[in-house]
Amino acid sequence: MIAVMASLQNQIAQEPLGEYSWILTVIFYAFFFIFMFYGQRIQMYVMIREVEGSLYKLKYMKDEGRKIAIETIKEIGKPQTDPTGRVDRFLEYFTISPQSLDPAGVVWKLEHILDVRDIRFKDEVKLMAPSADETQINNLENTLEVASTLNYIYKVIRHFYLLGKKTLSLYVIMQIQMILPLIMREAEAYASALKAFSYGQPIGDGAGALVAAKLMHGHEIRKIPKDNVVASVPIEGRTAYVIKAEGPGGNVGKTGDAVKTIIDENEGKIATIIMIDAAMKLEGEEVGEVAEGIGAAIGGPGVDQFKIEESILKYRIPINAVIIKEDIGDNVSPMRKEIFDGVDKAIERIKQVILERTKEGDKVIIVGVGNSIGIGQ
Amino acid sequence: MSRASPNAATKISSFVLMMIFLVLALSLTALILATTVFGQGNEVVAGYLLLIGFLGVALSTYVLFQTRRRILRLRIVAPSITTTIECKKCSFKSVREFQRGDYIFKEVEPCQKCNDKMLITAISREVKEKERVPP
Repeated sequence: MIAVMASLQNQIAQEPLGEYSWILTVIFYAFFFIFMFYGQRIQMYVMIREVEGSLYKLKYMKDEGRKIAIETIKEIGKPQTDPTGRVDRFLEYFTISPQSLDPAGVVWKLEHILDVRDIRFKDEVKLMAPSADETQINNLENTLEVASTLNYIYKVIRHFYLLGKKTLSLYVIMQIQMILPLIMREAEAYASALKAFSYGQPIGDGAGALVAAKLMHGHEIRKIPKDNVVASVPIEGRTAYVIKAEGPGGNVGKTGDAVKTIIDENEGKIATIIMIDAAMKLEGEEVGEVAEGIGAAIGGPGVDQFKIEESILKYRIPINAVIIKEDIGDNVSPMRKEIFDGVDKAIERIKQVILERTKEGDKVIIVGVGNSIGIGQ
Repeated sequence: MSRASPNAATKISSFVLMMIFLVLALSLTALILATTVFGQGNEVVAGYLLLIGFLGVALSTYVLFQTRRRILRLRIVAPSITTTIECKKCSFKSVREFQRGDYIFKEVEPCQKCNDKMLITAISREVKEKERVPP
């Protein structure tokens, strides 16, 4: 081996390319001209290849989503007929948001559309899984929604991939390639949420609901509109109305209606409202970190936030927010231990806010926002 | 909606596999040939064959591992979820794997110690992350 290497080295040293040096020159010029004229195209093919790789992964995820949804329906719902066709139809459902050219009253229009969508989804799931109870129906609905989201993400990426290939436009493929890492993170989070929803495991989004559940556990609970529960809990000499979406099924409830109900019941005599929700952390921040602020801490399409803000404005009620920070992936996947530990820190923070911002004998509302899947009360 | 096999994306193309093994076989042949040619005293040709052989083996092994890695990356790994059960009376605690139907504040089997009702107090997953200290 050493002898061969030495021999090769000698030959190269004696004839440093010799009469064949023109070959190198030709190769050099060929590369120069190819990259000058086709550089952008080569770059585009590299991008297309990258998107194609992600598309494979997305296809796998959406197929898994569909498979898990069908298997869970068959296992829990015990349908008489094969639910595959109905599941496939469900995955293609879409919702058209209301026209906002004249924005006045758009919130109520949006709320109506969302209500219709919710009823339609529930009816579909009931037809697919006739033997499922209310909790299981909620969980199945969530599972199907995740499968539907994965299906939609796959279709959008495939659309841009095929459009890029068809038009050979660098800019079409570039715009999808640039945001692809973020889309893939979201898709991966949804893929890991599939099992959580089908098994009814608590997810990261339920951090707020868990705070409320821990506060209200052991106290008398009553149902309030819509899909929410409330308990009157004595905390530090004050009366706290603790609200959360009814669990343990996958459900977020209509928090706006629940808050309005309690405010109206007390004729606006509420010293403060404290909302607890899971919030997106920035890179570098710790999962489960607790922070405090002002405002209605609630996500979603905005209907509930609007309703809460309307209700507190009427009686000038101060509103505080406590958030538990988490990653986008943690939000829909099974609850991490760090988030679970963050819940206890959030409860301490709530007690601190109550002590600092209210007087003994006051009434406060504590709202645990989030999906109540896997969280009882 | 595509009705293709759900794991179609996880299959390695038989054509790609065939090509990889063909390159591997040719590379190994080149390596064997290199030793024969070296024995015959033609060191330059043996050197080239050796180089081609090593490059071929390295390339085909790399492509094979990359293909396998792509498939492993596709898999959705279900995290391990634990359920913590506590006794309200004697604070006896037990941790087990999550079972379908478990939920936080669900009353489960009686306590092994005091026979009182036990409650699910936590359902969570543990993530082992590499320790990174942000600046």
